[in-house]
Amino acid sequence: MSPRATASGPLLSVKDLEVGFATEDGLLKAVDGVSFELARGEVLGIVGESGCGKSVTAQTVMGLTRSSNARISGSVEFNGADLIEASDDDLRKVRGESIAMIFQDPMTSLNPVYKVGKQIAEQILAHRDVSDKEARDRAIELLRDVGIPHPERRIDDYPYEYSGGMRQRAMVAMALSLEPEVLIADEPTTALDVTIQAQILTLIEQLNRDRDLAVVLITHDLGVVAEVADRVQVMYAGQVVERGTLDEIFYDPQHPYTWGLLGSLTRLDRPRPKRLPQIAGQPPSLLSPPGGCRFRPRCPHAFEQCAELPSLEGRLGKRSEHADRCWLQPKEKESRRSVDGRIGLGAPAA
Amino acid sequence: MPGGEVPLHLDLSGSAVGLEGVEGRSPWYLAYLRLRRNKVALAFGGLFIAIVLFCLAGPLWATHVAGTDPNTNHITDTIEIGGEETDVVAPNGTPLGPGLHAKYLLGADQNGRDVMVRLMYGGRTSIYIGVVAALVTTFFAVLVALLAGFYRGWTDSALSRFMDVIWAFPVLLLGIALGTALAVGGLKLGPIVIAGDSLWIPILIIGFVYVPYMARPLRGEILALREKEFIEAATAQGKGSWRIMFTELMPNITSTIIVFFTLNIANNMLLESALSFLGAGVQPPNASWGTMIADGYQTIYTAPHLTIVPGLMIVLTVLSLNVFGDGLRDALDPRAKIRLES
Amino acid sequence: MGRFIAKRLVGMVGVLFAISVIVFLIFNVIPNSDPAARIAGKNADAELIARVNDDLGLNDPLPVQYVTLMKEIFTGQLTSYSSDLNVDEQIREGIPATMSLCIGAAIIWMAFAIVFGYLSAVRAGGKLDTMLTVLALIGISLPVFWLAAILLYYLSFRVQLFPTGGYVPLTEDPAQWAYHLLLPWITLAVLFIGFYSRLLRSSMLDVMNEDYVRTARAKGLSERQVRTRHVLRNSLIPIVTLFGLDFGAVVGGGAILTETVFNINGVGLYAGEAIGSLDLPPLMAVTMFGAFFIVLFNTIVDILYAYLDPRIRLGSSAV
Ligand SMILES: Nc1ncnc2c1ncn2[C@@H]1O[C@H](COP(=O)(O)OP(=O)(O)OP(=O)(O)O)[C@@H](O)[C@H]1O
Ligand SMILES: [Mg+2]
Repeated sequence: MSPRATASGPLLSVKDLEVGFATEDGLLKAVDGVSFELARGEVLGIVGESGCGKSVTAQTVMGLTRSSNARISGSVEFNGADLIEASDDDLRKVRGESIAMIFQDPMTSLNPVYKVGKQIAEQILAHRDVSDKEARDRAIELLRDVGIPHPERRIDDYPYEYSGGMRQRAMVAMALSLEPEVLIADEPTTALDVTIQAQILTLIEQLNRDRDLAVVLITHDLGVVAEVADRVQVMYAGQVVERGTLDEIFYDPQHPYTWGLLGSLTRLDRPRPKRLPQIAGQPPSLLSPPGGCRFRPRCPHAFEQCAELPSLEGRLGKRSEHADRCWLQPKEKESRRSVDGRIGLGAPAA
Repeated sequence: MPGGEVPLHLDLSGSAVGLEGVEGRSPWYLAYLRLRRNKVALAFGGLFIAIVLFCLAGPLWATHVAGTDPNTNHITDTIEIGGEETDVVAPNGTPLGPGLHAKYLLGADQNGRDVMVRLMYGGRTSIYIGVVAALVTTFFAVLVALLAGFYRGWTDSALSRFMDVIWAFPVLLLGIALGTALAVGGLKLGPIVIAGDSLWIPILIIGFVYVPYMARPLRGEILALREKEFIEAATAQGKGSWRIMFTELMPNITSTIIVFFTLNIANNMLLESALSFLGAGVQPPNASWGTMIADGYQTIYTAPHLTIVPGLMIVLTVLSLNVFGDGLRDALDPRAKIRLES
Repeated sequence: MGRFIAKRLVGMVGVLFAISVIVFLIFNVIPNSDPAARIAGKNADAELIARVNDDLGLNDPLPVQYVTLMKEIFTGQLTSYSSDLNVDEQIREGIPATMSLCIGAAIIWMAFAIVFGYLSAVRAGGKLDTMLTVLALIGISLPVFWLAAILLYYLSFRVQLFPTGGYVPLTEDPAQWAYHLLLPWITLAVLFIGFYSRLLRSSMLDVMNEDYVRTARAKGLSERQVRTRHVLRNSLIPIVTLFGLDFGAVVGGGAILTETVFNINGVGLYAGEAIGSLDLPPLMAVTMFGAFFIVLFNTIVDILYAYLDPRIRLGSSAV
């Protein structure tokens, strides 16, 4: 492996990332001051409703949101090198080679006109000085690793000849082809049916364990996160509203939005509530987000202080990383978040 | 959140508006805003209107400035230019060129006719044919698309095959052949009688020829719409086929139709000029820009203005429609989903 | 794949048959195209017209006339009503000129359209894009025959840079062949360059938003590789389809205006002359010739399309 293996400190560190898009209706702030760190071999879950900026965050890490209408600031450091300011050429060397990404929709993420094997080999050939034959053999091996049956035959299939789950496996194979240090998986299971979902998750978990691969797992399903993540970061309307270890988020959640997410989760170890609670209302427009706490318009526990935006900080007096953006007192949170014996957002104070 | 638990909100009113304009600002209004911002498209739209007005002003110019109608010959006339008597058509047959004189502002043709006046009158014919033929094309294309896309099955097969046949016709050859044949003695089909020099002959030929080019992509859109829930809802409510076609499907392809219509006028004008140039389009005594070029081309080496001027008018008009149509398309569908081809 | 091609070929024959019947009917329904009267001359009496009618078999029932006509076309025995010349021979003589014109123009139009469309899409919204867009829109707004006339007037007559028309066979003198064809090629190509570059531009802009393009970038391909291998390659599918149709249409009669103005004695010019005299046999034959090319290229395109877009291949072989 590379000499980087000796480096201490986080592998990937994102600080105050802001991403805006100039649209015809004005500046759309998709990501507003997001920071996180990812250590070697760690799985970080990023959770949040649709449209809260998860994908934009992930894609910006790899420079995939660069365009004339994008306004990007903050820093993304990978092994100490900044990727936001990096030249296109330097960035290209990182993509696929050190950080790989798989996407939400395996149906559209592969180019329909090239054979699957060719698309995997293409990535290898773009970074390594190997022959076509070597690249092809490597592709077959990779497909076998991710559990595609008869890879020597299936390698010459076109993407449309694969099922959705197989395509996502092929995407994973492609992502692994250069043994990257970080895998960013952007809702890798959303478009798949339940059994296939579990298989892909198991595969990712395995890779994390066996290859010490650091994973950023993006999802809007806390249940997925519960299965594989070490740490969790909850996003709402372009901001991080809470972050902590898996246990902290699940057993001691501090932000009402997290309560809401947990409340809407079906848990197998508890009796199913009669009606699954949903968080009422819509996430705010990112063109003109509300002042103060962004969750305030949907939050039944909001009070005067919420007109001011709380910063993301540890509010429990512990020496942990557990941090949130909510003005409520920790004691009060404990009582407010319990609904029918489980965690939930609770009814609006009538 | 497990997706299946989200309560489904079904809007059974099934109206197309409900699908699009949830945010309060209707898509038409948004399109209007976008178009307003596209200054180039607006400028060319303005140019088209200016050209239409210019052509409509033909009679005024003819009586008050030029003092002649478009078809009267003045081979032996003279006019005064800078105090000098000048032949409208020189003894060697060369007509007067353009110059700053109220009469014959754009010069004369071989028969001593005022080119400016003829240009204005010819433009009326060219634009009239372009627009009316576009109406014909649009009418039939929409009808075919609605029927084929709505009924599918054998109706679709039959209509599509028919479109294939028209599509495979050598358009120009057919247009010219029909135009020439009909120009001789008109058309008598039962009760329909069209004189040989009627503008309806080029209008119908041009209008007919472009039907498949518009019908194919529209049919595709209808087929896609047909799968949407609101059509099912409308069927479930017991709405009749025609009602669904015209009140549910049609409004959803209106923006495409508008764009096609605009661009179709431009294409029609080009085809008209080509047919007229070959003598298979507009017949005398009517004049169009195409026939003016055809006449002028005979003497291009001695009097090039007779070819250049009407040609420039065609280019300007067609260009203005093309640029405006392009802007319309961008405004109505920012992602430019509307394709010129299927 | 074999079945697919066979199916397309049968369809092709069907369309050609339909077209031949329609053309035949059109010219028999229109009363004033009565050929006997024209051949017999202005002052012909009824007896002469009757004899001409008899000679040409115009008294036979329509289906018989149709079959005779078609038989003559395919056996190469068709003669013109007005000139006694063999129609098939005339068409065959025109083919080299028409093909030279069309193939040359097609190469020019595809090459320029791809370059312009690519640059336009890659620089979308920039100055170069605006400039190319304006040029393209002007290109599609020019009447072909007028452009031809203007080019001839300025470049051949005034500046005397080019010959004033005519055609020199390739076998006779390749340099003169190209020299004579350069202006006609450009004339014929301009419209298509404008149209195709616009189409490629919008097709590329669509494809650029596809997920697989993002995947290609995430793989670490260079921007140029992403644009050529993934964006351009996929954007060309609709362009190639259309190219086949348009090329067929240009060979099958679309070049008539260019041939007329530049006086290139190809099939188009021959057709123009036949139309002028409403001479049914050559018209029939030329229309069939044109339709044949259009349908042929339609079919080739369908097959090519299946090759370019593997998704189609599966769908069609299942049919
Ligand atoms: N290129 C872009 N231009 C303009 N707006 C964009 C662009 N990309 C994303 N956005 C907007 O940014 C916001 C955040 O999008 P993002 O894709 O990050 O959401 P997400 O959290 O991944 O949601 P999902 O669960 O639906 O994938 C959305 O409102 C989206 O419309
Ligand atoms: Mg996303």
